[in-house]
Amino acid sequence: MASLVPCPNCGRRPKEEFTIKGAALSRPAAGADAADWFDYVYLRDNPRGAYEEYWHHTSGCRRWLVVSRDTQTHEVAACRDAADGSRLEERA
Amino acid sequence: MTSYRLPKGGLIDRQAPLSFTFDGTPLQGLAGDSLASALLANGQLLVGRSFKYHRPRGILTAGAAEPNALVTIGRGGRTEPNTRATMQELYEGLEAQSQNRWPSLNFDVGALNGLLSPFLGAGFYYKTFMWPAPLWEKLYEPFIRRAAGLGKASYEADPDAYEKSWAHCDLLVIGAGPTGLAAALTAGRAGARVILVDEGSLPGGSLLFDTATIDGKAAADFARDASGELQSMPNLRVMMRTTAFGWYDGNVFGAVERVQKHVRDPVNHVPVERLWRIVARQALLATGAEERPLVFGGNDRPGVMMASAMRAYLNRYGVAPGKATAIFTMNDSGYALARDLEAAGVDVVAIVDSRPSAGVEYHGKARLVREAVVCGTKGRKTISAIEVYRDGRKETIAIDALAMAGGGSPIIHLACHRGGKPVWSPEKAAFLAPEGLKDLAVAGAVAATTGLAACLGEGAAKAQAIVKDLGLSCPPVAIPNVDGDEGADPGRPLWSIPGVKGKAFVDFQNDVNLKDIGLAVREGYSHVELAKRYTTSGMATDQGKLSNVNAIGLIAKARGVSPAEVGTTTFRPFYTPVSFGALTGAHTGHHFQPVRKSPLHDWAKKHGAVFVETGLWYRSSWFPRTGERTWRESVEREVLNVRKNAGLCDVSMLGKIEISGRDAAEFLNRVYCNAFLKLPVGRARYGLMLREDGMIYDDGTTSRLEENRFFMTTTTAYAAGVMNHLEFCAQALWPDLEVRLASITDQWAQMAIAGPKARTILQKVVDEDISDAAFPFLAAKEVSLFGGALHGCLFRISFSGELAYELAVPAGYGESVADALMEAGKDHGIMPYGVETLSVLRIEKGHVTHNEINGTVVPADLGFGKMVSATKPDFIGKAMLQREGLAAPDRPQLVGVVPFNPEQSFRTGSHILAKGAAATLENDQGYVTSSAYSPHIGSTIALALVKNGPDRHGEEVVVWNGLYGESTPARLCNPVFFDPQNERLHV
Ligand SMILES: [Zn+2]
Repeated sequence: MASLVPCPNCGRRPKEEFTIKGAALSRPAAGADAADWFDYVYLRDNPRGAYEEYWHHTSGCRRWLVVSRDTQTHEVAACRDAADGSRLEERA
Repeated sequence: MTSYRLPKGGLIDRQAPLSFTFDGTPLQGLAGDSLASALLANGQLLVGRSFKYHRPRGILTAGAAEPNALVTIGRGGRTEPNTRATMQELYEGLEAQSQNRWPSLNFDVGALNGLLSPFLGAGFYYKTFMWPAPLWEKLYEPFIRRAAGLGKASYEADPDAYEKSWAHCDLLVIGAGPTGLAAALTAGRAGARVILVDEGSLPGGSLLFDTATIDGKAAADFARDASGELQSMPNLRVMMRTTAFGWYDGNVFGAVERVQKHVRDPVNHVPVERLWRIVARQALLATGAEERPLVFGGNDRPGVMMASAMRAYLNRYGVAPGKATAIFTMNDSGYALARDLEAAGVDVVAIVDSRPSAGVEYHGKARLVREAVVCGTKGRKTISAIEVYRDGRKETIAIDALAMAGGGSPIIHLACHRGGKPVWSPEKAAFLAPEGLKDLAVAGAVAATTGLAACLGEGAAKAQAIVKDLGLSCPPVAIPNVDGDEGADPGRPLWSIPGVKGKAFVDFQNDVNLKDIGLAVREGYSHVELAKRYTTSGMATDQGKLSNVNAIGLIAKARGVSPAEVGTTTFRPFYTPVSFGALTGAHTGHHFQPVRKSPLHDWAKKHGAVFVETGLWYRSSWFPRTGERTWRESVEREVLNVRKNAGLCDVSMLGKIEISGRDAAEFLNRVYCNAFLKLPVGRARYGLMLREDGMIYDDGTTSRLEENRFFMTTTTAYAAGVMNHLEFCAQALWPDLEVRLASITDQWAQMAIAGPKARTILQKVVDEDISDAAFPFLAAKEVSLFGGALHGCLFRISFSGELAYELAVPAGYGESVADALMEAGKDHGIMPYGVETLSVLRIEKGHVTHNEINGTVVPADLGFGKMVSATKPDFIGKAMLQREGLAAPDRPQLVGVVPFNPEQSFRTGSHILAKGAAATLENDQGYVTSSAYSPHIGSTIALALVKNGPDRHGEEVVVWNGLYGESTPARLCNPVFFDPQNERLHV
C-alpha cells in the first residue's frame, strides 16, 4: 500500500514510482574469473537485515539509485545516486 | 414485544423523516439515523440469516464490528452486498435487502441446516474432503455453496468514480472519540499540522451516547463544540466517514473516505470513495475498545445486543430496544445502561451480574441478580426470555431485549500491522499494542485506560508529548472537568459460562460456537492459528472483531493456560473491508490501460486499417479492400505488392533513443556485442544487445548521425526496457563515460517505404539525391523534404528484403508526409501494409524478432555468431557468452521449415521430431518460432530453433503439435526463403 523512498534528487517518493533491479553489486572487471562472473550474474545473498539494491526512479528523475534497506523492517537507511560509486568501490 | 422509537431524545432530526425500504417494505427513519437504528425504530429485530445454520439474526452492535446485520444496499451497478447496517447512514430512498435467506427472511428453507448442525461443526470442511471424491463434487460442494453465503455482487459495471489521494501531516489522530478529540485539540492549538480521522459520520465516538457532562456541557455538545473548534483551525483537517485501515512502512496510513456513500444520487464529478495514503510524522491511535459478547446459549437471538450498542441506540438515536429489558454484565457498565434505560422510561426487568458486588451503586427498579449468569435464551425469531443460572439453579425470566456487557478489548489492529505482536496484560486482562512502536502512540481505551476523564487527560498528555517531540511549544493543557464519569472497574473477563444451554456463539458471522472451539482443542488444533482455520473462527468479513479474544480466552481455559500463552493470530490490513473500487481508484478501463496511438494512426484509419493491440499500442494489422473476404486475402495482396511495386508501413512504434556525448560511440560499443566504435558518420548498423548472461536481449539498428550523436531503434516491446537498461549502464556501470540518453520514440513518426519502386517514390519528396551511389544500403542521414519545408531522418534499411527506406519525420508531420508519399506513389502502385504483411515479409527473409529472441538464444543460435566482436575488451554479456554450453554444437539453432505437401500447414509452437521418432521429451528436436503462409513459396513457411539446425537443411522431419493432435511431414531448409543472395537490397 505504501512505502516511501528518499530519492536524493526528488525527495521522499512512493515506491510505485520505482523499479527494483536487485542487489547492488560491483560489475567484475572485463577479464575477471568465470567464478566472479558467475557470482555477479547468478548468486544472490538473501539476508535478513541490511541490503543494498539498485532502484530506478523510473517515474521520477530516471536515475539509478542505491537503496540501503532492511529486508525485515523495510526501513530505508540510505539512498544515493548509483553514479556516486565511491562507496561501492570501497566495499568491493 | 419489540424495539421502537422513543418520543424524545437522541441526535436525530425528528423534523426530517426519511423513507427507505427493507426487503421491499416501505419504512420511515429520521435524518441522523443509521440503517440499523432506523430498522430498530421500526421494530425490525430480525435482519438476516446466519452464514451456516441460517439462524435468525438481529443487530448486535452499533459500529464497525457488526457481524450479523449485513445487508445489500442499492441496485444495479450500485449494488453493495455485505454492507453493515450499523455503519450505513440512512438516506432518503435507501433500498436494503436481507441476505442468505430463501425464499424470505421470515421463512427460510436453509434454516433446516440447523438440523444438520451435528455434521456442520468445526473441521467439517476438512473431514468432508476425506469422503469419496465423487460425492464431494456432486453432492457436498453444491450443497454447501447453496447453503452458505453472503450477499451477491452485481454483474453490472459500477457507474461511480473513485480516486486516490496523498496527505501529509505532523500528527495523525485516528479516532475522534474523547481521547482523539482531546489530542487533536491539544496538538492543533500548539500549531501542529494535524489530521483527525474517524469512521463515523459525527465526531465524538462514545461521547455521542455518554450521559456525563464535561465542563458543564452534555458530552455530545462537548464533542460538537470541540469539532467546531478543530474545523476552524487552518492547521487541522477533520476527516469524517474515513476509516484508517492499515499502517504501512514509513509511517504511512491507508484510509478510505466514504465521500458519497450516504447519499442516494452521488454527484458524478465527485468520487464516491477516496483512498488516502496519509504520511504522518507521528500518529496517535485513539481507536477505543470493542465490547466483547458473552458466550451463553442462544446469545445470537434477535433482541440480544451489546450493552454499549443498546446505550448508543437509546441515547444517540432515541431508540428503545424493547419494553422489558435485561442486562447481563461482568462489569459496571451495565449499570449505566440500566440507569439510562430507566430514565428513558424503558423497564429494566433484571440485571444479571457475574460478580458478588458492583463497583457502583444502583438505585433503580431492576431486580439485581448477583453471582449469576445468563446461560440460555428462549424465543423464536426474537428473544422472549432468559434463563438465569445461579448456585446450580436455573430460573426463567420473561424479557424482550437483552444487553450483554463482556468487557472491552482494545482496538489495537493498526498498531500490529507492521509485525508487532499484541501483548497480553494480566492486570488489564486485555491484549495491548506492542511497546515501543516507532512514531505511533496509543491513548485512551485502546491503551486499556478506562473512564472518560482519564481518556480525555491521556489524549491531551500524549499529544503534548508528541508536539514537544516535533519541536513545537505546547501551551498548558486544561483538563476538562467531568461529571458522571462511569469510569472505574473494567471487570475480569468471563470466558466460559456455567450451565450453558443450546448453541453459544463465539463467532457470529461464521457460526462458530462454543462446542466447535472445544472440539478443535480436543482434536489437537489448539494452537491459535490452527484453531482459527479448523473452526473458521475469525475468518469472516468482520475478521473476528468480536470473537477473537473470546476464542483465545476459551482456548486458554480449555488448555489451562493464560491467554498470553495462546497468543493471537496475525493482524493484517485491512481493518474493515475496502471496496475494489477504492483500491482501483481512477485506474479503470482506458485509464488502467491507455491507448497508445502512433502519429500515423489517423492515416492508417483513413486507409481502412484493422488495428491490433500490441501492449498499449494500436498497430495497423492489415488494410482490407473491397471484395476481400478474409484477412489472408488482404495480406497476400499487400505482400505481393511490396515485392512488385512498393508499400508504406507505419513503424513509429519502434523504440527510438538518441544517444549523444563525447563517449557515445564507446558506450554503444559496450552495450552491443558487435562493434560500433568505428561506425562511420552517415551509416546505420544492425546491433545485437546481450544480457549479462550472454543471451540476446534486443536488436535494432543504430545510426551515426554525427560524430557524437546516434539514433538507436529498439523493438516495440522492449523500448522501455532498453531505455532503463541503457540508463543503468550509463549511470551505475560506467558513470565515467560522458553520454546522454533521451527517449525520442514519441517525437518521431517513422514509416517504412519498401519495394522496387521505393526510391522513385521517395525521391519525389526528398530533396537530396538518394540514388544507390549517393545513398547506398545502410546509409543514414538527416534529409531535407519538400524543397526544404521539413527535415527528417532517412535510413536505408530493410526488414522486408526489398529496396527499402525508413523515413522519420517530426511526429506532428507524420500524417501529412505519409499522405504525400501515398500521392507520390499513386502511379507506382504504392499501398499501405500492416504488421501481418511485415511479418510475412520478414519470415520469407529469415529475419528474426522476439519470437526467436526468446531469452534462450545466443547470437550464434540465430546465425549471428560472426557478428560478435572478438576484439572488444568488454561488452555486456561478453564474459558469460564464453561458457562452453553456449557454444555446444547441438544447441537449438535457426532453421527454415516447410511442409512436404504445400496443402498442409502447421502452427507456431509445434515441435520438431526426427522422422519416425516417437513424440517424447527425449526425442524433441526443437520448435517452430514463427510461421506464415508465403504467397511466393506457395505454402506455409516457418522459422524454427532445431538442434544442429544449420547442418540439417534438407532433412525430412515431422512437425508435431500435441495440443491439436497434428503431425505434419516437413523439410528443414535454409531460413532465408526469398532472395537468398540479397540481390534486391542493393539495387
Ligand atoms: Zn528521483
